[in-house]
Amino acid sequence: MVTEHEVQHIAKLADIGINTEELGTFTAQFNAILDYFDTLDTVKGEGTGTSELFNVLREDEVEISLPQEDVLRNAPATEDGFIKAPRVM
Amino acid sequence: MARHTIPFEPDDPCHSFLTTCTPAEYGDGPLAGVAVAVKDNISTKGIETTCASKILKGYIPPYDAHVVGLLRSAGAAIVGKTNMDEFGMGTTTENSAFGPTLNPCDPSRVPGGSSGGSAAAVAAGMVRMALGSDTGGSIRCPAAFCGIVGLKPSYGRVSRYGLIAYSNSLEQIGPLGKTVQDISTLMGVIAGYDRHDSTSQDRPYRHTPAADIKGLKIGIPEEYFGRGVDPHVADVVRKAIARLEECGATTVPCSIPSMEYALAAYYVTCTSEASSNLARFDGVRYGPPPDTRKPWHDAFQEVRRAGFGAEVRRRILLGTFALSSGYYGKYYAKAQVARENVREDFNRIFHDVDVIAGPTMPTIAFKLKEKTDPLSMYLADILTVPANLAGIPSISVPCGSSEGMPVGLQIMGRMFEDERVVDVAYAYEQAVN
Repeated sequence: MVTEHEVQHIAKLADIGINTEELGTFTAQFNAILDYFDTLDTVKGEGTGTSELFNVLREDEVEISLPQEDVLRNAPATEDGFIKAPRVM
Repeated sequence: MARHTIPFEPDDPCHSFLTTCTPAEYGDGPLAGVAVAVKDNISTKGIETTCASKILKGYIPPYDAHVVGLLRSAGAAIVGKTNMDEFGMGTTTENSAFGPTLNPCDPSRVPGGSSGGSAAAVAAGMVRMALGSDTGGSIRCPAAFCGIVGLKPSYGRVSRYGLIAYSNSLEQIGPLGKTVQDISTLMGVIAGYDRHDSTSQDRPYRHTPAADIKGLKIGIPEEYFGRGVDPHVADVVRKAIARLEECGATTVPCSIPSMEYALAAYYVTCTSEASSNLARFDGVRYGPPPDTRKPWHDAFQEVRRAGFGAEVRRRILLGTFALSSGYYGKYYAKAQVARENVREDFNRIFHDVDVIAGPTMPTIAFKLKEKTDPLSMYLADILTVPANLAGIPSISVPCGSSEGMPVGLQIMGRMFEDERVVDVAYAYEQAVN
């Protein structure tokens, strides 16, 4: 059983924001879904890893990219060619 | 290149479109002047792209998705962006922040999802073909519910560059259309290598559908006709498979034991990937602005609480939980082992058969607002998620009706044998028409 307190903690980790009114509903739904996920406890085997997968890399070379103006166009707040963000300190 | 325009001002009583382009431009090429609708999670330069979310309202992509560039080069007229479940999270298109799409076959029912707008636009005859994306059935489900054809290509055959990511390891862009010929034509335009997608495969699609299926072996998994599948739907699909036998195919019973936990493995995987992918939506680079005077956790929480719908927030929470310390081994790690088991089940079966057939969806289209509990909604995806977990191609083709609503026949094939599932669907379509 996951408690309301744990759901609140997860919501904080995910920066998702959760109201006290919706906390009860979310927690109940969460527990129903996690109960269903318990079927994974019956999974046998360790997994062998998929051998056909390989990394795809390229040289770290500068390429033509979008103009700064186009990149900034969707940002709600900019200043001197930078994007404005909330303070972190 | 010569540019022409067509007017596109259709009636849209089912709310298939979020944005329409009037007039729509087109050029020369194999799709010259063909009206194509594009799901709203696929980036279109200069055309608003929202993923049906308030958090992307007003977002105008500065570049085209790879597939959109290919469409434009082929001469297609991109006539608009279609409604969907927010970020692709849903099975009904009711999770759109901008209101649901209705099923053109019966407007009191959902069109399926998450590519419900694309499917409804095709079914209503507004466009000949459309692009959708399929993470756990999001092309095949609405194709089945609306009575049209939809293909989820093999993972890697179609570039995901410019597809706004929800669950990278599962999702593929694919075609929807009225006929198998149409989805095959569209697949020919969008498939192929793209250096901007590191999972892209150099496997272009150059194929003309052929209806000859003499000697084809079809696996019939018992799980696709068992618990949770509406017996009427199962009957319609059994009759369709009998039709394929009349065309010269033989059937072989088989079993996919990993179906027991495939759906759980799917939901753990997609929510985990979503929790990481959707971390980028904080209002800083696009979307509604955060209050820059507040500490960043507070500012981001406000933006994300107001901008994301309930299902998106639920999935972000589930995924964050499944990846969190202490639970990772129980959920995410187990889901990856389960996923390998699904793949191995398919490999074993495809040793003996050429394709696997069954219903696309366990029921006909739900009534609007019929499914309110998230878990019961998730269970509706049980027959479509195995193909995503394994990465294999899968097509849904209309095969009759139950209670007056369309039923889809699903045909899954070996990895990269998209051409074969298209041929089997084509053989069925030719046999009944």
